[in-house]
Amino acid sequence: MSEPVFYGAGFPYRKKHKMSGKLIVLEGTDGVGRSTQTKLLRRWLEAEGYAVSDTGLRRSELTQAGLNEAKKGHTLSPITMSLFYAADFADRLENQIIPAMQAGFVVLSDRYFYSIMARDCIRGVDPEWERKLYGIALKPDLILYLKADVPDLVARLIHGRGLNYWEAGMDIHLADNLYDSFIKYQTELTRIFDSLADEYNFVTVDAAHPIEEVFEELKEEIHHVLDEDHPLVEKLK
Amino acid sequence: MLKPNDTQGKLIIVEGIDGSGKSTQINLLYKWLQAQGRSVYFSEWNSSVLVKSTTKAAKKTRAFTPTTFSILQCTDFADRWENSIYPLLKAGVIVLADRYAFTAFARDVARGVDPAWVRSMYSFAIQPDVALLFRVPMDISIQRITAARAKIKYYEAGMDLNLAKNRIDSFRIFQGRILDEYDKMVNEFGLTVIDGTLPVKTQQKLVREIVKNALQGWEGLLNPDHSVRKSQASALKGGKHEGGKQ
Repeated sequence: MSEPVFYGAGFPYRKKHKMSGKLIVLEGTDGVGRSTQTKLLRRWLEAEGYAVSDTGLRRSELTQAGLNEAKKGHTLSPITMSLFYAADFADRLENQIIPAMQAGFVVLSDRYFYSIMARDCIRGVDPEWERKLYGIALKPDLILYLKADVPDLVARLIHGRGLNYWEAGMDIHLADNLYDSFIKYQTELTRIFDSLADEYNFVTVDAAHPIEEVFEELKEEIHHVLDEDHPLVEKLK
Repeated sequence: MLKPNDTQGKLIIVEGIDGSGKSTQINLLYKWLQAQGRSVYFSEWNSSVLVKSTTKAAKKTRAFTPTTFSILQCTDFADRWENSIYPLLKAGVIVLADRYAFTAFARDVARGVDPAWVRSMYSFAIQPDVALLFRVPMDISIQRITAARAKIKYYEAGMDLNLAKNRIDSFRIFQGRILDEYDKMVNEFGLTVIDGTLPVKTQQKLVREIVKNALQGWEGLLNPDHSVRKSQASALKGGKHEGGKQ
């Protein structure tokens, strides 16, 4: 059991209930295998007897309509878009992540606000403004950063789901074609992620390794976090 | 915390609790400035079409927390800011805003969000050239609102905060908190207080005097088309403008 720790003021109007759960975040650019690993980890944790809640970006009902609308029309300016994402993030935090943490769940988050920050900063939003905005965020117990080189990402995506408009950052006109834009966008994104990794203490995992190997590495890192003070760990002994 | 005005335009805003008479006053000011042939744009709080669907749905299901409410109101503001208010100020237009960031600083803090956090969220906006705070006692505000419409709305009454079972009681407590927050901002942001209990015409005279001083020696964007201005003015007869809602 521990008091919740936020990056900034958090939610001052909420009672500071103790949290017995753990918040584990998987971060990384598009195509590094986050969702595959999230699935594997969930299965493993549940097999171990943990109650798991998984969450990702843009899954809140609150802003779904607005965000879909925005993506269709491409009319959103940078600050407006970043606030839409922030509203969504806050909604999931208050209505999903925090209650699950209080109930003792292991919360696996496929991305967290660091991804939103990275995409906003590329679009010219002031990083300092973002840092303060995400003062509402709960500090995770562990941030796993799946890192892959851009050439490796290209290979994965081309043999996988293909290059897409948003993952190539086509909305910010870096190049006149999807491929060049993708390379420029993901290179910049990776550079930003690397600096966020230092600032927020990410644990970097090489995503170029085979899925099984990456999974083993992630499991080991998570083991360190799920220590004795976890009620479910007690039960398992 | 707000940026200094680095544009050629002038930003004039009104604030106050519901029923303080601020909308009446800014409407009259709008017509006066238009009649002078000025380039004027009017923007209303919570009027971005893009954000509307989200806000409407969430209000209906009462799905807001103080934080998500606060961020979505800022999203609405940001949409209007980036697509109309700021570019028009740059062009040298007089922008009139019925409620501004101070509404968020008052209401959201009254709902319990961190004052420094909400101020920093709006820090992309600029400090208005004229910021008027219309102050009325609570009883007058309640009287005016209940006379104008059947029911005080759920969020307007702060019913989400469980302050009281009855909407009027809740409204009274919630608006009381908002009044306190506004009072704190008078010095912090240099708001000019106007007594909202004075006759409408007397208030408007004061408002026009203040605005006249603020615009002294300033030209702004020329309004080349008088016929357009006239047709706009006639379209505006009888109340609400569409300016902020386009």
